[in-house]
Amino acid sequence: MEQILNYIGENMEMIYFLILAILLGVEVISNVPAILHTPLMSGANAVHGVVVVGAIIVMLHASPDNYPSLIVGFLAVVMGTLNVVGGFVVTDRMLEMFKKKPKKS
Amino acid sequence: MTLNILEIAYLIASLTFVIGLKMLSHPESARKGNLIAALGMLIAVIATITIYQPFDESKVLNYGLIALGLVLGTIIGTMMAKKVKMTAMPQMVSFFNGMGGACAALIAVIEYQNHNTSAISGFDGEFLVMLLGLIIGSVSFSGSLIAYGKLEGKIKDFVLPMNQVVNMLMLATILGLTIYQMLGNESTPLFYGLLAISLIYGVLFVMPIGGADMPVVISLLNSFTGVAAAFGGFLYSNKAMLTGGILVGSAGTILTILMCKAMNRSLTNVLLGAFGGSTAG
Repeated sequence: MEQILNYIGENMEMIYFLILAILLGVEVISNVPAILHTPLMSGANAVHGVVVVGAIIVMLHASPDNYPSLIVGFLAVVMGTLNVVGGFVVTDRMLEMFKKKPKKS
Repeated sequence: MTLNILEIAYLIASLTFVIGLKMLSHPESARKGNLIAALGMLIAVIATITIYQPFDESKVLNYGLIALGLVLGTIIGTMMAKKVKMTAMPQMVSFFNGMGGACAALIAVIEYQNHNTSAISGFDGEFLVMLLGLIIGSVSFSGSLIAYGKLEGKIKDFVLPMNQVVNMLMLATILGLTIYQMLGNESTPLFYGLLAISLIYGVLFVMPIGGADMPVVISLLNSFTGVAAAFGGFLYSNKAMLTGGILVGSAGTILTILMCKAMNRSLTNVLLGAFGGSTAG
């Protein structure tokens, strides 16, 4: 029990971030028109691609002769980048389509 | 000094994520919001590579691999995203979401290898964060791929007998194994067992859900990956990962509920309505 409290105490700053970000996320989204649901989902999908930063950190930690870590880390970097780049490009294409539609009709 | 620059870069990235999501929820500013968030991501990635550790001669191979991974991911990602038909967008999002989940799970796997269990006695917060990242990331990965396959028409609806019961049992097993390991019984087989069960759970979780409800499920898995990314941020005390991840986690959950409302259904109805799925659709 004491150790749990210690861990919480050590990471208090991060826990503040966590709670405030949760509330912020709820606040930011609350008034979205239904037409934007899918692009917003896609945009959020791209944002959590920030996990690629973690993959890069893993690679920077790994010692150059630790091949299993390097291989798995490399995979993680590729996948994370796919998430980021693919996510943003797909979102942009969706929103591009949105802009053109009202003009035609 | 340079480490402060890194923290400032992460601060800017976090800000762009918030502003980007805010702008994405208004039709006029949506496209700009997407670009702003993308710019923030670029800043975070470049800052991490250049500042996180001073260049170390012995790690030339690591830097090369990182660069290669980034280039490969960018090329494949752009090509896939550009080529996909407009009607196939939701499954593309699901696929990319799965990649993010896998990334989070792989980070947990590697960190577990570097994790020194004997150094800590009693409660091991770092290990808990790793386990949670592993579980949520891998559920999101396999679930997203199934959602992708279903929307592509490659995977047919398939309901196990007593699927919900099996799912509940698996969920209980995952919880049980997590708690068991947290009580000082860390072991490598159990860690990988948890990975395997989580992957299977992701498959069984999405499998019975009808095709029309898939966007809701993708949105839910999206917020799962956000939470997994946030655990990664917790592991490294990385504020960009933490805010970016948890922001998507909470915004994604709200979005999921909004999507359900737009369809005049409740979330439990979508998730547990597998048996009525064929009649409802």
